[in-house]
Amino acid sequence: MYSDKVFEHFQNPRNVGKIEDADGVGTVGNPVCGDLMTIYIKVKDGRIEDIKFQTFGCAAAIATSSMATEMAKGKTIEEALQITRDAVAEALGGLPKQKMHCSNLAADALRRAIVDYFRKNGNFDKIKELGLERELEKMEKGEMDDHGEYCEA
Amino acid sequence: MAYFDYASSSPVDRRVVEAMLPYMTDHFGNPSSVHSFGFKAREAIEEAREKVLQLIGGNGDLVFTSGATEANNLALIGYAMRNSKKGRHILISSVEHMSVINPAKYLQKQGFEVEFIPVNGFGEVKLDFIEEKLREDTILVSVQHANSEIGTIQPLDAVSEILEKSDAVLHVDATASVGKIDVSKLNAELITISSNDIYGPKGVGALFIAENVRIQPLILGGGQEKGLRSGTENVPAIVGFGKAAEITSKEWKDDSERIKKLRDRIIENALKIEDSYLNGHPERRLPNNVNIRFSYIEGESIVLSLDMNGIQASTGSACSSKTLQPSHVLMACGLKHEEAHGSLLLTLGKYNTDEDVDKLLEVLPGIIERLRSMSPLYRR
Repeated sequence: MYSDKVFEHFQNPRNVGKIEDADGVGTVGNPVCGDLMTIYIKVKDGRIEDIKFQTFGCAAAIATSSMATEMAKGKTIEEALQITRDAVAEALGGLPKQKMHCSNLAADALRRAIVDYFRKNGNFDKIKELGLERELEKMEKGEMDDHGEYCEA
Repeated sequence: MAYFDYASSSPVDRRVVEAMLPYMTDHFGNPSSVHSFGFKAREAIEEAREKVLQLIGGNGDLVFTSGATEANNLALIGYAMRNSKKGRHILISSVEHMSVINPAKYLQKQGFEVEFIPVNGFGEVKLDFIEEKLREDTILVSVQHANSEIGTIQPLDAVSEILEKSDAVLHVDATASVGKIDVSKLNAELITISSNDIYGPKGVGALFIAENVRIQPLILGGGQEKGLRSGTENVPAIVGFGKAAEITSKEWKDDSERIKKLRDRIIENALKIEDSYLNGHPERRLPNNVNIRFSYIEGESIVLSLDMNGIQASTGSACSSKTLQPSHVLMACGLKHEEAHGSLLLTLGKYNTDEDVDKLLEVLPGIIERLRSMSPLYRR
């Protein structure tokens, strides 16, 4: 069901934890669906200097959180925004189809953490420039992301 | 290895394998053939039928099927279709296996009125609901003997008592209970059992049909199994099923007593982990069933972590299933989605040892702690 890489990240997840004075925090998912993840970022000179995650979910959810944080660490904000669910799954050697929708939310959590970073700094122009208005709107409404056809919750 | 997933699959008893082998190599005749090879195979099937009937203490017919799923389909669809002129109202418990629930839903589409019996927090059917909903045109009531996921044993004597006032027949899926508790006194017209749950081979099960109960076959062909299940019989598997039933009749009590002690030790110690709760009934439960939910974490993660430590278990969590919906059984018991996600299901069998339990109890607290340390829901 899972690749060796998924198992490896599940067993030894990188960047687990919480950053108390995070510059940005992004949460997606829903405990009702069985997957909820929060990503914390520290940004310095436009780069993600530190990143941590907390995840409630299956092996795929933990592994994708771990991989996404690894991929984002040290990258500029613009580079980090290029990390998609597909890119995370590919880096893990693939995921089962239903896990793509329900457990691979880490890239979305990262985007939200970035939006939160700009929001905290009052940099709404940047949110617009980077095309992140929809994320901001959802965050302000407190909306959780859609998990797709496999999860009705 | 410490295997605690007997409800999913059990090894075949070596004595069963030995009984089966000659029917693959030497006595390979078709039981429908009119010659000595055929007679030998026919004789073996009838002998197996007697042994299985003896195990369930039934007076009536027994149809061999490809397993419990087919037996449940045959019971529901076969009975409803044959008796639709008597009525089209059916009651089934909401915690049945999907091989009962899905045929019931199919019957709904065929115009039958199906009502699902709710359960209490322990997973026991609500008797007053059955009493209230039972009507003149109720033809079938299906309530399992025990639940394979939460282990709860249903109050079937009380169900039978209620049904005495009606013409409805009772179907009991005894797949989870056979070999664990006494199945010889079930007061039901239709009873499902499977071979793999009593250390027999996979791919064979049976439906007991009481005298004077008529059903319609689902598989048509050469008229084997008294016309109720066509297709050349799987003789080696049926022989194995018979042997497994014979062994079970003699040994289930001693096995269950020993397994129950292992079960109780697991429950007692696992519940020492904070924020853990037992699913199912604390007393009226199968002797081999442990179902515990751990708040703030998800079941598949627990199961995979255990597997990495050489321990096999299961879960009612959505993430281990194809649909990603949490267990309908846990939800029917009133659990919230997030509670149902954190369940760990351990089903024990006769090959489990004290050492297996030691191994499990040694690693379990650490696994729960590790997963909780990653969870955003756990804030301690």
